Amino acid sequence: MSVLDEVAARPTEERRRRRYLFDRERVLGPALLLPAVLYLVAVVGYPLVLAILYAFSDVTTGSQTLHLVGWSTFRSAIDDPVFGTALRNSFLFTAISQACVVVLSTVLAFVLTQDFRGKWFFRFLVLLPWTTPVALSAVIWLWMLDSIFSPFNWLLVKLHVLSPGGHVVWLGGEHLAISSVIALQTWRILPLATVIVMAGLSSIPQDIRDATEVDGARFWRRTFQIDLPLLAPVILVAVLFGIVFTFADMAVIFILTGGAPGNGTQVLASWAFYKGINGGNLAVGAADAVFMFPVLLALAAIVLRFARRSEVG
Amino acid sequence: MAAVIERRVSGRVGLWVLIVLFGLFCAFPFLFATITMFKQNTDVYTRPNGNQLIFTKAPTLSNLTLLFHHTQYGTFVVNNVVIGVCVVAITLALSLPAAYSLARAAGWWAEKVGIGVFVVYLVPPTLLFLPLSQLVTRFGLQDSIWSLVVVYPSFTVPLSTWLLMGFFKSIPREIEEQAQVDGYSRLGAVVRAVLPLALPGIFTVVVFTFTLTMQDFIYALSFVSSSSNMTVSVGVPTNLIRGDVFYWQALMASAIVVAVPVALLYNLFLDKFIQGFTMGAVKG
Repeated sequence: MSVLDEVAARPTEERRRRRYLFDRERVLGPALLLPAVLYLVAVVGYPLVLAILYAFSDVTTGSQTLHLVGWSTFRSAIDDPVFGTALRNSFLFTAISQACVVVLSTVLAFVLTQDFRGKWFFRFLVLLPWTTPVALSAVIWLWMLDSIFSPFNWLLVKLHVLSPGGHVVWLGGEHLAISSVIALQTWRILPLATVIVMAGLSSIPQDIRDATEVDGARFWRRTFQIDLPLLAPVILVAVLFGIVFTFADMAVIFILTGGAPGNGTQVLASWAFYKGINGGNLAVGAADAVFMFPVLLALAAIVLRFARRSEVG
Repeated sequence: MAAVIERRVSGRVGLWVLIVLFGLFCAFPFLFATITMFKQNTDVYTRPNGNQLIFTKAPTLSNLTLLFHHTQYGTFVVNNVVIGVCVVAITLALSLPAAYSLARAAGWWAEKVGIGVFVVYLVPPTLLFLPLSQLVTRFGLQDSIWSLVVVYPSFTVPLSTWLLMGFFKSIPREIEEQAQVDGYSRLGAVVRAVLPLALPGIFTVVVFTFTLTMQDFIYALSFVSSSSNMTVSVGVPTNLIRGDVFYWQALMASAIVVAVPVALLYNLFLDKFIQGFTMGAVKG
């Protein structure tokens, strides 16, 4: 307020100078913005358009020119029996892992807003799954899920679930492999979602929470009637980020299962890599990847709508 | 009164149960990896279904020696550092002016462009890597770390611009106006008066840009083929696991050596990150 008053109280000469500055800002602003926008158009916008064009072409890694062939590339992409599996898995992995993330991250965010000894260290431990490059954490999981030396096998033997000398081949059968991938995705995205929810939790005005305290509202009532409704938009943002990072991820599949058993754990993103880079068929690979586009576009639209709504509020 | 105390105590116990459970869930793989990296071969490979979390032989540092002296891991790390430094430079050069412009501009377009920049961050690399691999080849950058230096700003610039925009918005306009009254040009005022105040924000962006470049997998996997040009993320899973006859202890070491410092840096800058992230969304 005081800043506004100050500006209003300024002599007219200074206000005129301000207007002059404003005129220059019209030139300066776009000039400062332009390099970044041009760079992003070159390394994101142009390739994005190319990716869609590729899906309608017959381009391979050896091609020099882009030759459009219409829908036939899409048809051959869909006719591949792995495509259906990959499409299903993309949705399955994302839906299940992000459902787990929503619940766990909200609880974890509440834990992290409490005061307790060693909180700094706890926060460090919780951040590890997100900050570690995904390729490296997938290597750790690969060892942790080793069919012979896995500590989980040892635990199951100790609990008499497995007979001594028994093994669970964690990445062998399709169901177990799928569960392992989902567990790794949940584990990896949890810290990011938690940080976003925490940011939202810290922005709930303390007087609202204090007021309910005075009312004698108990922890659960306060959580469900005050905190969660206020947090809902932030949790939505956290989920959107989680979906984007899971739906479009290929590193976890590539390292943990390589798509095996068979191609039972392929997702669109990993299948696009195997077709496009390993197989050299850029067109079909791009067609596989482009199937992610509508989902991502819808997510971006929700983010935009959300941004506009928070602007009104 | 007793009931209140009882509820407090049970709440406290519940909190610690959650802390232990979440701590185990998030950190167990790293605990397991850390124990493994100090183990001798006979301690690991001769006990199927044994308790791998305890040492039955004396701990050893030989796995780290193996990793750094007998594999190309050192080269991967150096590549990551070179790429990281170059990408940080490009990112700052592009996003500092852009963020300042977006934070100070008053037009309706500024907000739209700001959100647009943010949405670019949501375009995943898996949608872009195929055309980019062709473009990289066309520009003669295939199988070189420079292809990654050129492409990584595609995700570091949007995030950095958004964060810096938040930091700039928190600096009052009067700062550069006063500097202009003192005789500086507009840009001079920004460099001399605004940038020093934005320094903590800039430092945060440097940290996050650098660590973000270490996260990438698919670009490095698609563009680079010879091991001497690989980054840690690609070199470890493709070159060390499949290339040589290899030991899990050294592999675990390769992950822990990177994971721990990065997590420490994040933890240190997390509050600043949240601050910038949420302030970008506040109207200036």
